[in-house]
Amino acid sequence: MTSATLLFLVIGLGLMAWFFGRLKAAGLQARDANARSVLHSLPNYHGWYVALWAILPAVLFMTVWSFVSPALITDAALTSPAAAQLPQDGFARAAILSEARAIAYGNQVNAFNPLSQSMVEPYRDAIAHYQMIGAIAALLLVFACGAYAWLKIKPDLRARTKIERVTMLLLLLASLIAIITTVGIFLSLVFETARFFSMVSPIDFLFGTEWNPKAVAGPRGETGFGAIPLFWGTIFIGAIIAMIVAIPLGLMSAVYLTQYAPAKFRSWMKPILEVLAGVPTVVYGYFAALTVAPALRDFAVSIGISNASSESALAAGIVMGIMIIPFVSSMADDSIAAVPSAMRDGSLAMGATQSETIKKVLIPAALPGVVGGVLLAVSRAIGETMIVVMAAGLAANMTANPFASVTTVTAQIVQLLTGDQEFDSPKTLAAFALGLVLFIVTLLLNLIALRVVKKYREAYE
Amino acid sequence: MNSLTETTRRPTDWQGKDMQKRIAGRYAAERRFKAMGMAAIALSAGFLAFLLVVMVGNGFRGFTQTELPLQIDFPAVTGGASPSQFEGPNAEANLQAMGLRDIVDSSIEIQYGREGAELFSSGGWTAVGAKILDDPEIVERQATVYLPATSEIDVAYKGDGTPAAEEQVRELKGQLSTGFNWNFLSNSDATDPMQVGIWGAFKGSLITMIVTLMLAFPVGVLAALYLEEYAPKNRLTDLIEVSINNLAAVPSIIFGLLGLAVFLNFFGMPRSGALVGGLTLALMTMPVIVISGRNAVKSVPPSIREAALGIGASPLQVVFHHVLPLALPGILTGTIIGMARALGETAPLLMIGMRAFIATPPSGITDPATVLPVQIFLWSDEVDRGFVEKTSAAIIVLLLFLLVMNALAIYLRNRFETRW
Amino acid sequence: MHEDQKTLEPSESVNMTDAATPAKTSESATPKMTARHVDVFYGDKQAINDVSIDVNMDSVTAFIGPSGCGKSTFLRCMNRMNDTIPIARVNGEIKLEGEDIYASKMDVVQLRARVGMVFQKPNPFPKSIYDNIAYGPRIHGLATGKEDLDEIVESSLQRAGLWGEVKDRLQDSGTALSGGQQQRLCIARAIAVDPEVILMDEPCSALDPIATAKIEELIHELRGKYAIVIVTHNMQQAARVSQKTAFFHLGTLVEYGDTTDIFTNPREEKTRDYITGRYG
Repeated sequence: MTSATLLFLVIGLGLMAWFFGRLKAAGLQARDANARSVLHSLPNYHGWYVALWAILPAVLFMTVWSFVSPALITDAALTSPAAAQLPQDGFARAAILSEARAIAYGNQVNAFNPLSQSMVEPYRDAIAHYQMIGAIAALLLVFACGAYAWLKIKPDLRARTKIERVTMLLLLLASLIAIITTVGIFLSLVFETARFFSMVSPIDFLFGTEWNPKAVAGPRGETGFGAIPLFWGTIFIGAIIAMIVAIPLGLMSAVYLTQYAPAKFRSWMKPILEVLAGVPTVVYGYFAALTVAPALRDFAVSIGISNASSESALAAGIVMGIMIIPFVSSMADDSIAAVPSAMRDGSLAMGATQSETIKKVLIPAALPGVVGGVLLAVSRAIGETMIVVMAAGLAANMTANPFASVTTVTAQIVQLLTGDQEFDSPKTLAAFALGLVLFIVTLLLNLIALRVVKKYREAYE
Repeated sequence: MNSLTETTRRPTDWQGKDMQKRIAGRYAAERRFKAMGMAAIALSAGFLAFLLVVMVGNGFRGFTQTELPLQIDFPAVTGGASPSQFEGPNAEANLQAMGLRDIVDSSIEIQYGREGAELFSSGGWTAVGAKILDDPEIVERQATVYLPATSEIDVAYKGDGTPAAEEQVRELKGQLSTGFNWNFLSNSDATDPMQVGIWGAFKGSLITMIVTLMLAFPVGVLAALYLEEYAPKNRLTDLIEVSINNLAAVPSIIFGLLGLAVFLNFFGMPRSGALVGGLTLALMTMPVIVISGRNAVKSVPPSIREAALGIGASPLQVVFHHVLPLALPGILTGTIIGMARALGETAPLLMIGMRAFIATPPSGITDPATVLPVQIFLWSDEVDRGFVEKTSAAIIVLLLFLLVMNALAIYLRNRFETRW
Repeated sequence: MHEDQKTLEPSESVNMTDAATPAKTSESATPKMTARHVDVFYGDKQAINDVSIDVNMDSVTAFIGPSGCGKSTFLRCMNRMNDTIPIARVNGEIKLEGEDIYASKMDVVQLRARVGMVFQKPNPFPKSIYDNIAYGPRIHGLATGKEDLDEIVESSLQRAGLWGEVKDRLQDSGTALSGGQQQRLCIARAIAVDPEVILMDEPCSALDPIATAKIEELIHELRGKYAIVIVTHNMQQAARVSQKTAFFHLGTLVEYGDTTDIFTNPREEKTRDYITGRYG
């Protein structure tokens, strides 16, 4: 019996428990029809009370069992006669065992190593044995706990209160997942980064200027893990070129839509611009690589830049900027809308034209909000992956030439983690170090941006 | 009030020449500014239009294929097979036993000579098999079937090929025709661009999205309800809120690293599977659902809660009987938007190995799978020219799905939006 | 500006000359602004119905009436601030020194420089005190240089009675001032472009009594230099600061005359009821 079937069985039994619990409670109520509320809670709640008692302990047990049983299974399999032939060397032994396990569970069909094949049978036996134990224990729990709860059903049982307490706990648990995820991200990045820094010095990584990762250090101990070119490439594409495109276009679009456009035009145009943010990044990446980059290279060659690359910072940056337009535009929109209309009226009443009002009063007043929005957009741009992977290239150049190919943190993470590397190699671990830097930078940008925006909102409340 | 210092300033001469000129200049600046605004919008919208036109222009051809007619004298080449063999449960097995590939190859040699095989896409013979299963009577007569030509000929026929292929196309001029590329909808990844299809990737996307939805929706809704309705004002609640806002802004690739480090390496879940992909995307989508869910819950007026509390409902009943049903359209809208984002996501899935060459569609959540955006990424890397239009065609399919999802979200919002 | 969004009935303005029943005024001086048969619509709703009124240079004119009576709406027509509301439509004729301000050749930018406005809630720009005052002269190019601009700023602040309080902190933000100071700053800002008329829309309603007294004093000081129109819901204030009073009710002008007459001996029953507090 696999764990999935067992789970369904337990849930099915739980539903039966619900039915019996409800039946008993309804019976209690029917017996005394005169008193209108004999039961503290509706029969339904009694049903749920029994069902939860039946299901939760068993599911809890199954979760624990799924962590405990693999070790027990391996131990049991190792006691079989076939295990005596296994090599003593730890690594080879582990490889054989894991292959045998995979076959026994049905994840793999054939063994490459005959020794593995010999271990399959003991494994199968052990798995069957412990699965049986687990299933019996789980079912016993279902019946025992369900019966206990069923016996407890009395008119004054506060079933609803108890159910509500469990539900509330469930709600809290769901909320805690956000914290767990954040902590999980942080810990996994920090953990792998620490391993990386035990192989490569953090100074070399953060301040080195040569990026050419090798699995083994070179003759003079150089590792090629200097990430400065990546940081530069990321800033060059995400914070410079993309913003040069996105800020004017986004800001002017927002100004036009909020201040000039007729309501009808605005109600059509705003969603259309938002489509730009909804197009998957892989589509932008393909577009950048297929159409924009070659066009830019031809253009660069025609104006006499002979070393123009077909993968250029400019192509990736421009396309990324276009993708960011709706972000800048909607943040600017919100910020301008938050400026009290009294400001606008005050300026117009002085005889200012509309553009003078916008340029000299509205935008300066909305500036903190706009700046916050731009910071969010930057954070979004430097974390963007597919466009740079597909259009910016992998050459770690420290150049300010927009027609040259540069690489970014995200592009290198993808590069380092694709292909079959061992997980312990510094090349793989470097990806986590880059990820940690990216995580911290985007986190800081977001916190600053949110603070700026919040301060600004408060100023006008 | 103190005595005012009277200035000897003369009243402004509004009709003066200088002033009139200045005002004309200001109005010109006004017009320029307005034009700049319009230009910004036109540029942004124009770019979107350009992108779509390029994709549709390229991708449209991906749905067609160039075909060559092939006459097969079935009674002769099969040695007298009967239609009944290809009906019922044994049809597939009999077809396999027949050696269809050789039959097709020899027919090609009869009609197009020794080099004929180089004109046809190598997997094209499977189409003959499908034809036989479709209409078993065909084996009793001589029939003409249309089989896909090679990718080179296909590209050249569509007007973009190498000189050698152009030459082949000229030689075959009268015989080439264009048909709908059913393979593209029913096949999975392949090495020959004539044989690739999106079915495998589509199925992968579907399974991944189901996993994502099953995980992210309940968790997101419950968390939104908790934060908006019950959460006490304390440090833990603050921490939860900060985490959610932060997660919503974390670059997607970081979630990929999390999936790799935690789900694959720590928990040892199967690599490349839809399970891990769905889990990773669920963590990414959950904050979106929580945030939109909170807004939806917030917009339910307090009077409804008071009314329910007033007739003796418990706080939980208030929320699950009254608030949640009223907030549901808003929550669903947010969920669909979050799911649309997850559907288009590529980077985190590359991290957890969903970029493998998947020639058979996955049938479960642990089977190696790929998804539409990753498939697009993989094809975009192919050198063969034939993949360009397939990539664009896959993009069209992806965009269509996103369009449908977003339209659904807008419909839901307009249909159920209540102004309190 | 939305020149096209307001409609003017030409036929209406033709009728004007003979129908021009000069609102009951005893002054001999030519009025600064005249309004004849003004109707204002918001969409389908009529907010102002056939109002004719003169505003003189040497007096302060007060508009009084219960809230929603249209006095603010009418005030906003006088420098075309209603243009900013797309659904607002003005019929009739309003003239500034004989020029129709709703004529197509009238430049709304100039008009608003000549007819300044002070709002109900003080609305200094989030800029320094200096920049707040200098804003108008800068956009209209009134100053010949830095020193000239300094002079305009100083004299405007002096006229508004604010100079002594802020002369040492001109670079502080205008929003950092107290409410009353902010409102005087807004008046100084209006004065800085050297307007002919100043419209004040309940300028004291957001202020405490001491700040109100200062503003009223300021209005006294400014009388004669500018034609001043003040909308107020406070009858005592109207009695204190104005020489002419117009009583609005439900979008129509019920009575217009010398303030002393209106308050001591109103001709209309409605005015009497309002002034004696029967409704309002």
